[in-house]
Amino acid sequence: MSFFIETLVGGLLAGVMYSLVAIGFVLVFKASGVFNFAQGSMVLCAALTFVTMRDKGIDFWLAAPITLTVMVLIAIAVERVVLRPLVNRPQITLFMATLGVSFVIEGLAQIVMGASVHELDLGIVDTPIEIGGVQVSQFDLVAAGTAGILVVALSIFFNKTRVGIALRAIADDPQAALSIGIRLQTLWQIVWGVAGFVSLVAGLLWGARQGVQFALTLVVLKALPVLIIGGFTSITGAIVGGLIVGAGDSLAEIYLGSLLGGSVSTWFAYVLAVAFLLIRPAGLFGEAPIERI
Amino acid sequence: MSTVGTETIEGFSSSREIAQSARDRLRAGSVVVLLAALTAIPLVANDYWLNAVLIPFLIMSLTALGLNLLMGYAGQASLGSGGFMSVGAYATYNLLLRLPELPLPVSLLLGGVISGLVGVIAGLPSLRIKGFYLVASTLATQFLLEWLFNQYGWFSNYSTSSSISAPRLAFLGHDLSSPTGRYLLTLATVVVVTATAVRLVRSQTGRTWMAIRDMDTAASVIGVPVSAGKLKAFFVSSLVIGIAGALWAFAYLGTVDARSFNLDRSFQVMFAIIIGGMGSISGNFLGAAFMIFLPILLDHLGSGVFGGAIDPGQLENFQKALFGALIVWFLIKEPRGLAALLSRAWTQLVSRINR
Repeated sequence: MSFFIETLVGGLLAGVMYSLVAIGFVLVFKASGVFNFAQGSMVLCAALTFVTMRDKGIDFWLAAPITLTVMVLIAIAVERVVLRPLVNRPQITLFMATLGVSFVIEGLAQIVMGASVHELDLGIVDTPIEIGGVQVSQFDLVAAGTAGILVVALSIFFNKTRVGIALRAIADDPQAALSIGIRLQTLWQIVWGVAGFVSLVAGLLWGARQGVQFALTLVVLKALPVLIIGGFTSITGAIVGGLIVGAGDSLAEIYLGSLLGGSVSTWFAYVLAVAFLLIRPAGLFGEAPIERI
Repeated sequence: MSTVGTETIEGFSSSREIAQSARDRLRAGSVVVLLAALTAIPLVANDYWLNAVLIPFLIMSLTALGLNLLMGYAGQASLGSGGFMSVGAYATYNLLLRLPELPLPVSLLLGGVISGLVGVIAGLPSLRIKGFYLVASTLATQFLLEWLFNQYGWFSNYSTSSSISAPRLAFLGHDLSSPTGRYLLTLATVVVVTATAVRLVRSQTGRTWMAIRDMDTAASVIGVPVSAGKLKAFFVSSLVIGIAGALWAFAYLGTVDARSFNLDRSFQVMFAIIIGGMGSISGNFLGAAFMIFLPILLDHLGSGVFGGAIDPGQLENFQKALFGALIVWFLIKEPRGLAALLSRAWTQLVSRINR
């Protein structure tokens, strides 16, 4: 039984790491209706920029703002060059465009900063500690704490600040928001910038865990089922979805994997997500679109 | 008064009909010329061109056609193409292996049908969910199938390596394993399937698909069989993609390898139809040409211009970035793809000549 609980807790904490990536998705989707596949390459780009500067001996507190600046510049460039000309196009076109953007970011980032695997040490000790008879990874706890702080900060940003409220207005009704003078394009830049910040946080934590390397872009594929379960438009959904996927994944790996004789983690989260979709077609917390004829 | 009016209208419509039939004849004529040229290509092209350029181009066109039926005509976006290709490849492999008395075309078709049936199962969620949620659910199919073929040895006849060599291709006593043979096999398949697909999208089925694509709620209100239409689209699409997958394994790679049907392949196919033109038959060929020729061109340009001065990893990164930028540029430039771009250029040319 304690083994079960340990697997469950480990899975839940790993799920928080997925949520971190998923939150970046949700922000962009909510504000601009873009399914941003480039989120994974933004995570890679942020981690790579940061670790390159750390390797050159630049202090953490200097490297972080510089990386953030790079991410914001990318956000502005993406809005200017890609999103603005593509406004009012079908969503699938925008999705494909973000795939193109991800190729560009991945290619350029690796040209400038190299493709070798970098170690990233954030100074977090990764020794398991025991809480109530259950072994828990300290690193995972820090990651979960960070995610918690991030969610609180984002919800304050969205609910209390002027910019945040304007963003919610755009998410609710772009036409109405435009008509009362909200500047759509500036806000898109802001929201992509915030998504860049979230990918910096995700990039640091993921990079510290598995090294900064190209494989970081694959976290996107882990974040997708999280999004489906939670719904594309809800940050709460991203967290809950992450917990469900994380727990489901590690439990399935142990119990189902031994039954089927192999690693099931590549697809289990997706099958789980489809099962959720069949019951709730717009995710647990997503808004079901109303269709008018 | 009214007679005059009718006359003008009749005169107008009949002259339009003449123009229409002239355009149809022109189009049919150019298709015939194109086909003749494609059949004659092995006489002039060397093995490199057949193996590395034309065969993958034709198969990619076929795959794009399969996805376009589903996505461009029926409006159901899917990222499971790689998975369906692998179903077709493994099914055909097992048919050739276990039922060697079946002629090659029958094995290919049966492989496609099996892939189509898998497609129907994978399409079931489309009855409930739409848009990006559906895209994500097709990803489930993709990953599940990838895992399945790696996990269970039965599919690859318990081969020790993960890639297995394809059995010899032969039909009616003719050996088709030479580059020319494989090229002609691919070409023949592509022609037959494309002709069938053209008929299909102009039939009742095609109209049903387009109604679903344009707005499925409205279609169901006026009595279009939405569920059956969606599942039929998944069946036909996966069937075509499955045949393409079998060709990819047997006529192009010469091995059946699940890794060549991964998610990247699914993205490649989706790119091909978006760049070529959704809901257009000729767009599949243009998009496939873009996806297959451009990397080869970049490769040659890269090694030609820089000639080993840059390390190959960097060159690959550069190509990737350039490729991504080109995709974005094309998406911005022409929403309806290369097919629309070309037809517009053609119309301009004709009107300039007429003037």
